[in-house]
Amino acid sequence: MKEVKKKLEDLGEKTLNDIEKGENPSIDIPIRSLSNVVYDSKTKMLTIGNKSAKRYFFNVAHAKKFMQSFLVAAFCKELQDQNLHTSLRDLFYALKRTFPNSQENTFDEQSESDPTVVDLEVALDILREQLHLNADVRGRVVGNVVIEDRGDLVDWSKLGSGGWAIPSNIEDITFKKVKADYILVIEKNAAFERLHEDKFWQRNKAILITTQGQPARGTRRLIQRLATEFNLPVFVFTDLDAYGLYIYSVIKYGSISLAHVSDRLGTPHAKFLGLTMDDVDKFNLKSFTIRAEEVDIKRAQEMMKYKWFQKPEWQRLLKSLIDRKIKAELESLSGKGLKFITEEYLPAKIKNKEFLD
Amino acid sequence: MVEETIAEKMSRDMKEVSVAEFFEKNRHLLGYENSTKAFLTVIKEAIDNSLDATTEAGILPDIKISAKPTNADRFKIIAEDNGPGVVESKVPFAFGKFLYGSKFHRLRQSRGVQGLGIHGAILYSQLTTGKPVEITTSIGKDIHIFEMMIDVTKNEPHIISHTVQKNPNKWHGVKIELEIEGRFIERAQSVPEYLKQTAIANPYAHIIFDGPNGKLEFERVVKELPRQPKEIKPHPYGVELGLLRRILAGTKSKTLLNFLTSEFSRVGRRSAEQICKLAKLELNKKPQQLVHEEIERLHKAMQIVKLVAPPTDCLSPLGENLMTEGFKKETGAEYVVAVTRPPSVYRGNPFQVEVGLAYGGNLPQNQTAQLFRLANKVPLLYHQSDCALTEAVTDTDFRRYDLSQSQGQLPVGPLTILIHFASVWVPFTSEGKQAIANYPEIVREVKLALQDAGRKLAGYIRQQNKFRDRQFRRQVFERYIPVVAESLSKLTNKDAKTILNKLQDMIKKKTEVKESEGSKKEA
Repeated sequence: MKEVKKKLEDLGEKTLNDIEKGENPSIDIPIRSLSNVVYDSKTKMLTIGNKSAKRYFFNVAHAKKFMQSFLVAAFCKELQDQNLHTSLRDLFYALKRTFPNSQENTFDEQSESDPTVVDLEVALDILREQLHLNADVRGRVVGNVVIEDRGDLVDWSKLGSGGWAIPSNIEDITFKKVKADYILVIEKNAAFERLHEDKFWQRNKAILITTQGQPARGTRRLIQRLATEFNLPVFVFTDLDAYGLYIYSVIKYGSISLAHVSDRLGTPHAKFLGLTMDDVDKFNLKSFTIRAEEVDIKRAQEMMKYKWFQKPEWQRLLKSLIDRKIKAELESLSGKGLKFITEEYLPAKIKNKEFLD
Repeated sequence: MVEETIAEKMSRDMKEVSVAEFFEKNRHLLGYENSTKAFLTVIKEAIDNSLDATTEAGILPDIKISAKPTNADRFKIIAEDNGPGVVESKVPFAFGKFLYGSKFHRLRQSRGVQGLGIHGAILYSQLTTGKPVEITTSIGKDIHIFEMMIDVTKNEPHIISHTVQKNPNKWHGVKIELEIEGRFIERAQSVPEYLKQTAIANPYAHIIFDGPNGKLEFERVVKELPRQPKEIKPHPYGVELGLLRRILAGTKSKTLLNFLTSEFSRVGRRSAEQICKLAKLELNKKPQQLVHEEIERLHKAMQIVKLVAPPTDCLSPLGENLMTEGFKKETGAEYVVAVTRPPSVYRGNPFQVEVGLAYGGNLPQNQTAQLFRLANKVPLLYHQSDCALTEAVTDTDFRRYDLSQSQGQLPVGPLTILIHFASVWVPFTSEGKQAIANYPEIVREVKLALQDAGRKLAGYIRQQNKFRDRQFRRQVFERYIPVVAESLSKLTNKDAKTILNKLQDMIKKKTEVKESEGSKKEA
């Protein structure tokens, strides 16, 4: 992509200019924290604000990040030049090295190089996919769907017990056949497999997706494309704890750390199916709950302040987590009987439209 | 025939115990309780004697000591100085009789006082090897060589031989040769440590020690002798009852008024009248005729009456400059600060405290600071924990001066602390003369000096830390520059080397400004 290459070259030229003029070289990087994230209640999306911070080279506190940013930028330029793709993990290993005569590394952990990539995305307004970088693959899907990926036809209904592993880059996929009434997104892989084994998707005309924890970008983009291109409702089914609720909000509104790409990753009409505290009472699940940890309570308290959780029903749910100090995991529902979810819980919830929005 | 009573029989067996005999049985009191300490004590006594003799005569000290083993646990010690020498007729008594000396009855800052030092060494040599001591001395005329021993029962010198030699080079001084049983070590509380501290306290001395493991030479750092301390009369506040009794017995004064004004400092006619009035004694009473109760009343009155503090010109401090130079040379420290406090008084005795702090350089990091204690320029190597000087250090909060320290301990860091206590009368806790007694006035003065020096050191340490920070910053930029230059070159297709050079120029400009600022402050 020519535009991407140009943006990277411009970044280099601008910095060289600073140096020529004898100025402390710097890059402007929009701030990616809650303080610079705006919730737009009309579009139902988290977007990044206009606050940015300058990162200077001749400043001890910035120097390392400055150096890392340029290391990553140069690496991305090479990917563009050779039209190659690679993963974030690969980038980390390709750039990790120890400085001569010191104990210091360019990067110690991948958790240092990943945010540097995002910094670059935000600073240059380019998507990571456009930089030819793939995230770690996470998330699987089954359903009555046929797609084409790199020239191969893939039928999601004929992939055995594992389903289709969702790749990092969803942009070049084309949907050949989609037969479904809704999409059910499940946080836990174990619950996904249970439903798959019971052929839940076949009987209920659903597409089943597991995020396997926090949804990866590929999974979020896939949910968005299916939902918008085929006008399918999206129901999110997570653990009953603050982290589960946040997974739902990331699918729906976008995340704080990737607010700059919410428009490509968010699915504003997604609804929360469960588990809710009301479910615990209604389906008599009290004996399957576990004690909440200190961190769970803290996270719930934090989330009560988020603008996109201000609706009374959400405040009530978060407050009940804090007050009752319990949580529940999807796996624990098997305790009610192996077919409780597929034959009792889900049909009842969907039939009665018991969702949180 | 009248039968002898038991009392008569016992009194017949009673006889005078000579001082020499007493000390033969109590040699630990003089520092000879084990062979390691004995070795050190012999060297120490020889050096103290030589330093006192030379400085009093206004001569820059040149002291040579040789200590070579004669067999596994015996050493031949030869100590020679360039002092004024000893007159031929006085030699037998000066070296062969205990408590014979010129210093005991005066109040002036000096190293030895009791006249025990070198005699103890001779006696120890005699006890452990049975060999006589050889004294060679000259006052610039003929050279006299004495071979002698001490007659322990009579406390008398016993001359074995006395020869006279020509002295064409007009040598003057004293040379003592003796053989002792001892053990030589080189760690703490050793001869090298003692010499090092002595050199710091006496930077005008040139000392050569030719020991069992080779030569140690301590060069003269300054060519000037310190001011000679003046002799003073005792101040009434510092006089103990026993001493008062002795002075009363020995005075030539005919009246109490005359006695008080002439035998004590800071007592004029008015003060003498007040003392007599308080003690209910006649001004013209004969001092020699006072009875026990009267002496007690007089002593009490002397403590109560208001008097001016004693004069302080009897003290000879090292001085901040001398201390700094000597201390720096012997510790190899990077920074030395010295503080000399104004003279003060404890119990009527003038005293003065000096503190030196040596920091950085060759001193080991992360170890407990070393403490050098000196009393009248003599290093104290033993009983550190019982000493008031140590207490003053552990009581001072060094964390305020950017050093680490555990509660009640010596500070930790590349630090050596030197404390010099100068007084006409050093209040040692015991005869061993290794620890100073805990008088609140003394501890307070030492702490004030430590705090003053500590504040100055803190300024230096902070400066150093700042400098290190700046160095660190520069290193960080220098480390990253090649990566940044290479990346920029890849992004722009410009020459990496040119970008690298430009960035390095920028770094130089940026840090040069800051470094010159720093060095200005340090200068």
